[in-house]
Amino acid sequence: MSVTREEVAKIASLARISMDEDALDQMVPELNNILAWVEQLGEVDTSNVEPMAAVIPQDQRLRDDVIDADPLTGGGRREDVLANAPMAEHGFYGVPKVIE
Amino acid sequence: MTDLTDLGLKAIRGGVAAGDFTAREVAQAHNDAVAAAAELNAFIVTTPEHALAAADKVDAARAAGEELGPMAGVPIGMKDLFATKGVQSTAASHILEGFVPPYESTVSQKLWDAGAGMLGKLNMDQFAMGSSNETSYFGNVASPWKKQGSNATLTPGGSSGGSSAAVAARLCPAATGTDTGGSIRQPAAITGITGIKPTYGRCSRWGIVAFASSLDQAGPMARSVEDCAIMLGAMAGFDPKDSTSIDAPVPDWAGLLDADLTGKTVGIPREYRMDGMDAEIDASWEQGKAWLKDAGATVVDVSLPHTKYALPAYYIIAPAEASSNLARYDGVRYGLRDLPDGAGLQDMYAATRSAGFGDEVKRRILIGTYVLSAGFYDAYYTQAQKVRTLVQKDFMDAFEQCDVILAPTTPNAAFALGEMTDDPLAMYLNDVFSVPASLAGLPAMSVPATLNKDGLPLGLQIVGRPMDEQGVLNAGLAIEQRAGFTAQPEKWW
Repeated sequence: MSVTREEVAKIASLARISMDEDALDQMVPELNNILAWVEQLGEVDTSNVEPMAAVIPQDQRLRDDVIDADPLTGGGRREDVLANAPMAEHGFYGVPKVIE
Repeated sequence: MTDLTDLGLKAIRGGVAAGDFTAREVAQAHNDAVAAAAELNAFIVTTPEHALAAADKVDAARAAGEELGPMAGVPIGMKDLFATKGVQSTAASHILEGFVPPYESTVSQKLWDAGAGMLGKLNMDQFAMGSSNETSYFGNVASPWKKQGSNATLTPGGSSGGSSAAVAARLCPAATGTDTGGSIRQPAAITGITGIKPTYGRCSRWGIVAFASSLDQAGPMARSVEDCAIMLGAMAGFDPKDSTSIDAPVPDWAGLLDADLTGKTVGIPREYRMDGMDAEIDASWEQGKAWLKDAGATVVDVSLPHTKYALPAYYIIAPAEASSNLARYDGVRYGLRDLPDGAGLQDMYAATRSAGFGDEVKRRILIGTYVLSAGFYDAYYTQAQKVRTLVQKDFMDAFEQCDVILAPTTPNAAFALGEMTDDPLAMYLNDVFSVPASLAGLPAMSVPATLNKDGLPLGLQIVGRPMDEQGVLNAGLAIEQRAGFTAQPEKWW
């Protein structure tokens, strides 16, 4: 399978990466080279093979349902959470207006 | 007095404990070496005060007669993929430039608790995507090695290229690395140092910037097998904050090191012998077999039939996971924000990610987005995950006949910066020998074997059964003792 310029533009839009015309022109053949190369996986007979779910199988652990069991990853750390935000106002993240 | 920067991790720890020198002297000597090596560009930020503070703590503990930790007095480099509290952590990206974590990664915290100090944050390929350290937003890292008779700047490998360059150049006795498809082993091999990627789940991923979560593993890079064993012991262990962390005791790998391989069987995977293989790589592999036989091991041929498909499967799975993991960089919560005039939220996301990610990162996000998109998911992603199952089964079948597997680490020695950047695919092929063990979650290490005719290091790779880091380290030690690799890059920086 290969991708067209329009398809790459669509993928970039899904991935929320803006790309200008030059960037698209460069990306199309690069992606097609890579996709043509991974195509060889189609040669492998995988009928009756389960897709890998976990490389080292483990039971999922549950922790006790305690609020702030780990104070580092619990709540009440607004200042820390907002400390690296490009824009934080009134204790919230600031973003451009979403509704016109 | 011996030059403190020539000492390995164990020698530093021993010398500090014995009072031959202070931890502060060690930290100062390494801080000076780091400051004098700006040309290598191995560090994104340096933290001399962190190294000195940790050293002072160790010196005070020693003076008070307290027990010293397994890394006491050892200054290390920390790959910039690890979140370090109060110290910028960027994954060598523009989008995280200026990000100062309010928390410490589990692995780095364990190292500080063991008495280590931090010389700085090491440069790397951006988001660990690359095999040459040419995708960093903060510039290429230069290998301390040069080809005989050439002044061209060589790659230190990637993605842990700052780590390999710094350890090889004696800026630090050891450094952390992370390995998703070979990012510890490949740079270690081409800079003449030692590095081990443990079994997936041995080291906590908490606080490590995620690239491909089902593959990412942290590990040590140092100048001897024993130093790697000591440091891995300090890094590994169960962490409830990582759902894939293995809840098993950490063996005393360093204490149990044993280079006598009597009764052990070493497998040689025939599919790793590729058409057009570099003759010197092939010769070093043959030499490695002879060394392991000399150590008492039996050498047998084994087959890993799906080897050829491991790399293309990896280049579907890793980008797929990356496209999902990197969705978090949105210009809202941390890092860069690019808000064009009058832009709405969606435009801000797209502009921020366009400005903040490098070309290789974008390429992988786009591949990942494509293979996960409706209509293509089964053909690409599900098929790749099935092939991954087969790659792992190949290894398990081989381990019915052998205890460890011996292979080259890389298909070639270090290449010049710029030599491979025109063709992303050619760069991907550099990981051909390292990716299969990553897909199977297996412990794997690279040890220096020899210099090629250009005077550049070549490494040998040992792959072991899940959880058998000991078997890998022991075989590595057997090679190390016989290779007698003492070559060092000539100082030019």
